[in-house]
Amino acid sequence: MNPSAPALAEEAIVRLPRGVRLREDKARGGWVLLAPERVFQLDPVAREVLSRVDGERDIGAIVDDLAAAFAAPRERILGDVRAMLADLILKQVLEVA
Amino acid sequence: MSHLDDSARPAPPLGMLAELTHRCPLQCPYCSNPLELTRKRDELDTATWQRVFAEAAELGVLQVHLSGGEPAARSDLEALVASCVEHGLYTNLITAGVNLSRARLDALAEAGLDHVQLSIQGATAEVNDRIANLPGAFEKKRAFAAEVTDAGLPLTLNSVIHRHNLHQLPELVELALDLGARRLEIAHAQYYGWALENRAALMPPREQVMEALALVEAARERLAGKLVIDAVVPDYYARLPKPCMNGWGRQSLNVTPAGRVLPCHAAETIPGLAFWNVREHGLGEIWYDSPAFNAYRGTAWMPDTCQSCERREIDWGGCRCQALALTGDASQMDPVCERSPYHDEVQTLAIVDASRDAEFRYRRFAREASGGKS
Ligand code: SF4
Ligand code: SF4
Repeated sequence: MNPSAPALAEEAIVRLPRGVRLREDKARGGWVLLAPERVFQLDPVAREVLSRVDGERDIGAIVDDLAAAFAAPRERILGDVRAMLADLILKQVLEVA
Repeated sequence: MSHLDDSARPAPPLGMLAELTHRCPLQCPYCSNPLELTRKRDELDTATWQRVFAEAAELGVLQVHLSGGEPAARSDLEALVASCVEHGLYTNLITAGVNLSRARLDALAEAGLDHVQLSIQGATAEVNDRIANLPGAFEKKRAFAAEVTDAGLPLTLNSVIHRHNLHQLPELVELALDLGARRLEIAHAQYYGWALENRAALMPPREQVMEALALVEAARERLAGKLVIDAVVPDYYARLPKPCMNGWGRQSLNVTPAGRVLPCHAAETIPGLAFWNVREHGLGEIWYDSPAFNAYRGTAWMPDTCQSCERREIDWGGCRCQALALTGDASQMDPVCERSPYHDEVQTLAIVDASRDAEFRYRRFAREASGGKS
């Protein structure tokens, strides 16, 4: 993982900044994150995580929800979600509220 | 007519550059607009643009870049943004920021504009205003940038780099931070349109270019998470060509002020290509079926050297317009490539141009022939 990525607490609340939008891409299939001059094609996991980012729920709550929805070990999900969100923050398509 | 089966059908475009107008208060000598500028009376009207946006969304376009010229020269810009938003298109306004009032900016933000890209010609008023050939432009741009961030809109600063402002790179990075930009684009001049006319006035010397590349790299690392820095590299001094447009007719299309649809903004320089117009054809039909879009799609058109090269689907043979401008033949490989027989010639040409001291030929409309009846 990138060493300069911020450490995200479970209590942190993240959101998409103005200028970044999540939407379905009907023409190609799947979901995308639209940002200034960039289009990120999301894999199904990223889509599940980002569709729960609403600027209100904290990371812990998002992870709880994912763990319940996919019946997967919470610790592993937490690690993956943290890494993914930190990476998106570095790319400036996500911010801590 | 050859028939493509469904699997061979090209993918739909992701992005569309909508060149709303060629009118612009600035006169940048590197402007990518064609030498022959379209006049106001020949521009598409509001309803036609709105139909084009609907067709773009339908076709699969995700992002629309509203550009020009200066898009704010169109009094219907707000309505055009609203129509993009209505169709779910991500809207990016590319502006020089000298003629957009706070009230109009707020109306655009209200309509749902997603992002503003502001051009900056230099890091100081002296350099900026001389390149733009517009006194007072720098101060207006600074004020505009403040209004953009104040309106809550994300801001990218875009600077086209050449011999006359390359030394200001560190100041440009500072300026971007100072103005609250989240992104900085450092775009080395691409020699088409007016920039090709002005190549001998713009081409920087090689050492200066290499220094600049290192500087951008260092700034990018230092500012990770704070400022995204994207660079368009100067290619005359390179060994490999850029993946121009990520391939002809692969991801994006351009609509000119008069409604012609191009695979890239300089494509009209290529002789013998017929560009279909949105006044006569649907956008989807143009994307999939127009001869201009199919002319250099994929790899079949490529010269043998490219056909057998492992980079053929990485750089797609480079830029067609550059091949034309430098070799006289658009179906040559981009002569920036070191495998091109023209490669050495291009490097020499850059070195010679960099040592010349040509005056700017500013971008402006040609004087019209007198309106007298004959
Ligand atoms: S490059 Fe300069 S002259 Fe050309 S459209 Fe942009 S601001 Fe206007
Ligand atoms: S030979 Fe063609 S495909 Fe290979 S690097 Fe050069 S331009 Fe690109």
